[in-house]
Amino acid sequence: MMTLLTQSWSWWFSGLVISSIMFLLLFFGKSFGFSANLRTICAAAGAGKHVSFFNFNWKAQTWNLIFLVGAILGGFIAATFMSDGSPAHISENTIRDLAELGFSKPESMQPAELYDFSALMTGKGFLILALGGLMVGFGSRYAGGCTSGHAISGLSNLQLPSLMAVIGFFIGGLLMTHVLFPFIF
Amino acid sequence: MKVLKYLLAGIVFGIVMAKSEAISWYRIQEMFRFQAFHMYGIIGVAVILGMIGVFLIKKFKIRDYHGNPILFHPKDRSIPRYLIGGVIFGMGWALSGACPGPMVVNIGYGFLTMTIVFLFALVGTYLYGVVKSKLPH
Repeated sequence: MMTLLTQSWSWWFSGLVISSIMFLLLFFGKSFGFSANLRTICAAAGAGKHVSFFNFNWKAQTWNLIFLVGAILGGFIAATFMSDGSPAHISENTIRDLAELGFSKPESMQPAELYDFSALMTGKGFLILALGGLMVGFGSRYAGGCTSGHAISGLSNLQLPSLMAVIGFFIGGLLMTHVLFPFIF
Repeated sequence: MKVLKYLLAGIVFGIVMAKSEAISWYRIQEMFRFQAFHMYGIIGVAVILGMIGVFLIKKFKIRDYHGNPILFHPKDRSIPRYLIGGVIFGMGWALSGACPGPMVVNIGYGFLTMTIVFLFALVGTYLYGVVKSKLPH
């Protein structure tokens, strides 16, 4: 039982749990879309005074902010009580490809080359994380949603715009990985 | 209870993101290199079960726990915003290895430098709000 909890979860079980969360939120009368929180936080911080996009009743989105706090706690619980300390179980091919870009074999969930404080202290390391975040934030709002809102909720409802967005996610991801990575790393 | 149910749903979300390794930059790289089925399996199962469930909700007009009908709000029909926005999002996703949900899960997991990514995601969202009217939608 303990090993079932501490080892990484299979794709089918994980997919089942994620869709359960989507249905749970629908049952609560809400919809599953995480990046809406970014807009809500901007609004709560007073951005609505200067930019009309953030001038909305953000308090109606409090439930999603609570969900966000839960997600942080969930990450903490998983790391503290449900981890056997093993690194991400990626394929040998990926390990080899990433080694060519200068990434060592995984030792945890994230590469030290990007997410260690020492990496952050190099100007380049900071720029990479900042630019990555900037594009995710800008792109998710421009596209009207992120992985949860478009790929999961939107595709489940057979929404064509969500399919367009997911195709965009993949074009962008493939472009970054296969074309730009060799110039960045 | 009002607050608790969303908190619990968030906790389960955080745990499944972490335990499925979907929070890992390595897993996102593996996905964009088509070197494992894992991430496709996760999203695929979630979407297939989601489609079946949404179909059943509509067919049997299932209501939420307040007794209100469960409604789905179709997005506006357009191509540029979804495609261009999507491409920008995808580039950031591959670079940082995290979409918005996993960003905060990573912070809870102990990767505190992910806070930088999250803060700049807020900046990116703000910038979108500023230039929104000048962009093709």
